[in-house]
Amino acid sequence: MTTLVDWLRDPSPTSRRQARLGQSYLAWLRLKRNHLAMIGLAIVALLVIVAALAPWITPHDPITQNLRERLQPPLTAGHILGTDDFGRDILSRLIMGSRITLFIIALVAVTAPVFGLLVGTVAGYFGGWTDEILMRITDIFLAFPKLILALALVAVLGPGMENAVLAIAITSWPPYARVARAETLTVRNSDYIAAVRLQGASAARIIWGHIMPMCIPSVIIRVTLDMAGVILIAAGLGFLGLGVQPPMPEWGAMISAGRKYLFEQWWVATMPGMAIFIVSLGFNLLGDGLRDVLDPRNSGK
Amino acid sequence: MGRRSDPAPRLPMTDTADFTPPSRLGVIFRQSAGVLISLAFTFLGLLLVTFIIARVVPIDPVLSILGDRATEAQIAAERTRLGLDKPMVEQFGIYIWQAIHGDLGVSIRTKQPVISEIAQYFPATLELATLGTIFGVLLGVPAGVLAATKPGSWADQIVRLIGLMGYSMPVFWLGLMGLLLFYGILDWVGGPGRLDAAYDMMFQFEVTPHTGMILIDTALAGRWDMFANAISHIILPASLLGYLSMAYISRMTRSFMMNELGQEYITTARVKGMPERRVIWVHAMKNVMVPLITVVALSYAYLLEGAVLTETIFGWPGLGSYITDALLVGDMPSVLGGTIVVGVCYIGLNMVSDLLYKLVDPRARA
Repeated sequence: MTTLVDWLRDPSPTSRRQARLGQSYLAWLRLKRNHLAMIGLAIVALLVIVAALAPWITPHDPITQNLRERLQPPLTAGHILGTDDFGRDILSRLIMGSRITLFIIALVAVTAPVFGLLVGTVAGYFGGWTDEILMRITDIFLAFPKLILALALVAVLGPGMENAVLAIAITSWPPYARVARAETLTVRNSDYIAAVRLQGASAARIIWGHIMPMCIPSVIIRVTLDMAGVILIAAGLGFLGLGVQPPMPEWGAMISAGRKYLFEQWWVATMPGMAIFIVSLGFNLLGDGLRDVLDPRNSGK
Repeated sequence: MGRRSDPAPRLPMTDTADFTPPSRLGVIFRQSAGVLISLAFTFLGLLLVTFIIARVVPIDPVLSILGDRATEAQIAAERTRLGLDKPMVEQFGIYIWQAIHGDLGVSIRTKQPVISEIAQYFPATLELATLGTIFGVLLGVPAGVLAATKPGSWADQIVRLIGLMGYSMPVFWLGLMGLLLFYGILDWVGGPGRLDAAYDMMFQFEVTPHTGMILIDTALAGRWDMFANAISHIILPASLLGYLSMAYISRMTRSFMMNELGQEYITTARVKGMPERRVIWVHAMKNVMVPLITVVALSYAYLLEGAVLTETIFGWPGLGSYITDALLVGDMPSVLGGTIVVGVCYIGLNMVSDLLYKLVDPRARA
């Protein structure tokens, strides 16, 4: 273990991989000092673990109705978080619902940033008219309020998980394009790009292999912080009945179902909201910490 | 802001001999032209997107008007009347022309023009979002300043945590929890709606709706009992929106203020022996206000949108309720009309903040 740490902390690394891993290790050490960020990381890790193991750790079937046990309060035997209006165990539904949440986050996280990166780097690298047109389009999407555009899109496409993801992705890519363009502008005239160009590399190769990697840190920070917002929008769509359809245990839809019983059986709406809040807070805490660590503007301190 | 006629604004970098401050309004007029052009482009883009959405929608506008028993001839006539037989480009041209003239189509549900319906719903949203923004500024700015003056302290941590929590809570859930606690359990506030049911009837018959904003209208009519009732209804949703806005404003204020407090003119002011309160609230605040204008405008726009989900919770008859109700019955002209109005507010607020920015900060006018 100590030899690994020594190898990572070696001030004169012998290979590119050693240098890169050493840098990551130092970033990790800085992140570890930030308690709030570590709490965030723990929450996100917990979400992933729970979602991965969901079918095996749910105490009850999350879908099957059991009307004899409907609306049981929390802490009743066998139902730690109580049951909903169809007698389904809320904890089991939350656990299964974590899969849906994670699935939506993952899909948005692999589509929107990639598309935004592509638009931003192309605009920044080529400049001129390409830049002008691409950035105008980006601005138009930025001028739309996110949630309302997502609502209108889902209304057109029809409710459902895939369409919700598509709508969220369409509303989330513009900020990535902005970030990536700004990063591209700072590196596109640097010597190493000129060197690659003199070697005869194509524009596609320069953008893909030499500019996009430079944008990755700022994009990662944004993705982490954005995921909190994505969770909230997805839950909002679910709440309005436009996202994942019942009986799937989507957290936002669960809140909506609990609304009828708010004043008498408060737990039905409260519990899924807590789940959304905790997971979203986790991403926010982690993203905040990552920004402190990875953002080059902060590294001077 | 108040000393607009001051010929030599006390700002750094005015020490060059030939420096003549440009006339503020003159420069702003010149720059407004550029702003207006880019504004027009964005507006066209907005319309293009809603046009595309409206044209790919699976709901056939002809069928939704005539029903499925219409004859072929009736359908063809209706298509001609709606202009659906014209080429797409021409249809888009007509669409733009109508939108500029305030014609956002006819609601499928009520057969009323969308724009006049929105005009009825919009003031309620405006009232809510405005009050929310006021709360957000009143709480967020001092909180941000407090956090910036004592970085790393427990106060800083608490402000940061409260802010992060605001970013992480689903607003509709927060609204439900607020209703449960303050209405259901404590009974401190009025429930959903803008007034108690009893006052609601009275309001319709006895108060002239000058503005559509209930607090202003009841105050103008001198009906203070009704005013108090309206306050008890608006206070909860406005506080929730205010919390969201505070989360954003306090965070930005903190980072702006931290940035200013590191500047040399602050050190100078402190060395002169100026009281710390004056250093922060007069000297630093002046420069913090400049970027803060943009932040407040953005958060205002954000609240107009955040109101969509809040309104459904509180039965608030605003634009958000209008859009979501229309959505559930597939009334696309209303949904898209609402989208355009919110989009226009977005663009407008951005422009206003841009112009204010230039009015306040001479450096942005170069």
